[in-house]
Amino acid sequence: MILEVRDLHAGYGRSRILHGVSFAIDKGEIVSLVGRNGSGRSTTMKAIVGLVRPDSGSVRLDGAEQAGRNAYEIVRDGIAYVPEERRVFDNLSVHENLVLGCQSPRHGIAAWTIDRMYAYFPRLLERRGMKAGSLSGGEQQMLTICRSLLGNPRVILIDEPTEGLAPHIVARVVEVVQDIRKNGVAVILVEQKLTIALRISDRVNVVGHGQIVWSGTPAALREDADIRRRWLEVA
Amino acid sequence: MDFFVVSLLNGLSYGLLLFMVSAGLTLVFGMMGVLNFAHSSFYMLGAYFGYSVGRLTGFWPALIVAPLGIAFLGALIERYLLRPVHRHGHAHELLVTFGLVFIIDELVKLLYGNYPLKNPMPVELSFSAFRLFGLDYPFYRVFIALVAIVMFGAILALSRFTRVGLIVRAAVRRPHMVEALGHNVPMVFLGVFAGGAALAGLAGVVAGVFYPTGPSMAQELGVIVFVVVVVGGLGSLEGAFVASLLIGIFSSFAVGVNWTLADAFALVGVAGADLWGGAFTVKLSTVAGAIPFVLMFLVLLLRPAGLLGERQ
Repeated sequence: MILEVRDLHAGYGRSRILHGVSFAIDKGEIVSLVGRNGSGRSTTMKAIVGLVRPDSGSVRLDGAEQAGRNAYEIVRDGIAYVPEERRVFDNLSVHENLVLGCQSPRHGIAAWTIDRMYAYFPRLLERRGMKAGSLSGGEQQMLTICRSLLGNPRVILIDEPTEGLAPHIVARVVEVVQDIRKNGVAVILVEQKLTIALRISDRVNVVGHGQIVWSGTPAALREDADIRRRWLEVA
Repeated sequence: MDFFVVSLLNGLSYGLLLFMVSAGLTLVFGMMGVLNFAHSSFYMLGAYFGYSVGRLTGFWPALIVAPLGIAFLGALIERYLLRPVHRHGHAHELLVTFGLVFIIDELVKLLYGNYPLKNPMPVELSFSAFRLFGLDYPFYRVFIALVAIVMFGAILALSRFTRVGLIVRAAVRRPHMVEALGHNVPMVFLGVFAGGAALAGLAGVVAGVFYPTGPSMAQELGVIVFVVVVVGGLGSLEGAFVASLLIGIFSSFAVGVNWTLADAFALVGVAGADLWGGAFTVKLSTVAGAIPFVLMFLVLLLRPAGLLGERQ
């Protein structure tokens, strides 16, 4: 397993959000975290990458403990984070946004480069000199994903990448996520649209009240109407 | 005409000095979200350091050494006073910097005395730049302006053309996202804080030999510098530049203008308003000190984010 999360507790100030999250992911896998709003999916991601400091528990990247380290150290060691709401640096150009994502390549993993990103998304090349704030929602989403990939991660955490995007752009984002996996990177995905999560994931973790309450294959979750009703569907 | 030209030149020079101090303040605010009350204390300390070092080495080495000393002090303050209270929130950080103002004030009085120092200008800079309407214009005012302009150019180049500058510009907007891309943001904060302190210190060394070096220096400039940062837009370097010049020039003109409200009424044909007395006969020059605040009031009313600030 490339990333193992065990008994993770975390929260903000006095409010505790995570009460012992445990799951694991292997190279080239896509694992989704699904659940209702406020169940702790986003906090799980922030705690893994160190933006929220875990109170206790363990996050092991290829066996090395990450919990308690600074976010920038964890990211440099190979966990990338793509935040929800596409936090581009709107005051900088598209190209500058990409430059900020670059970290030196990692041994044994094919390096992502800015040229490769431009070849992949000609749209970003066309707009390389424009302020990132002027891009459309879909373009900003591509930009944030590219920006994080340029850190040459072993694991990438992507929070709600399809939120608020038009259907044909959603399809493109899904393709991109699958391409990332093909490059041997493990993808942890928070996805509100259950149909998408079920279609592309190898495994699905259902998050409820700050814990993983169910874990299994998409096929098993499709069968289990009871779990879906209890933890996912909105009454 | 002579009044106009001299006021304009003095205003530019004073405005550029204001900019040297406010540049660091606005950058630190943009990145860390903290208004550093002690920032103009760094300016005062710059003048005193400059004075002490200058007595040993002369003015020119002090111009380099004193700001470096202030940078070191700033780094220590960020690392050992601000960073530990950061997780308790902005209010605590504000209080720490507020306390520092008093500590530095008292230390300066203790070490140098509660009166202005005799801190003479180096003779090689003490000459007339040009004659203007029969008056000598001091070269030193030009020198202050030149130092500020070189400094502005250097910061702009650093921020536009280097990777560190890029990281700082991004961190002003979204510090957490910058850290999530693998950049050592705490170290960048430390560097910007120390760099901002050094700029204020440089301004202090330069201003200390022209304006009096005294224990009230920090207070005198402190309030105006806050006004500059608010008017320019919190976190905007270019905004601070424009606001510094505006406030410098406005203040400089207001001191020499004896217009009253009654004069304004007379202009539009209402004679005799001066007989009403009160506010109608107050000269503009006597309220010159209030001009920056009026400007701040108007800006906050019409454009709350500041002249060049962007709403976040």
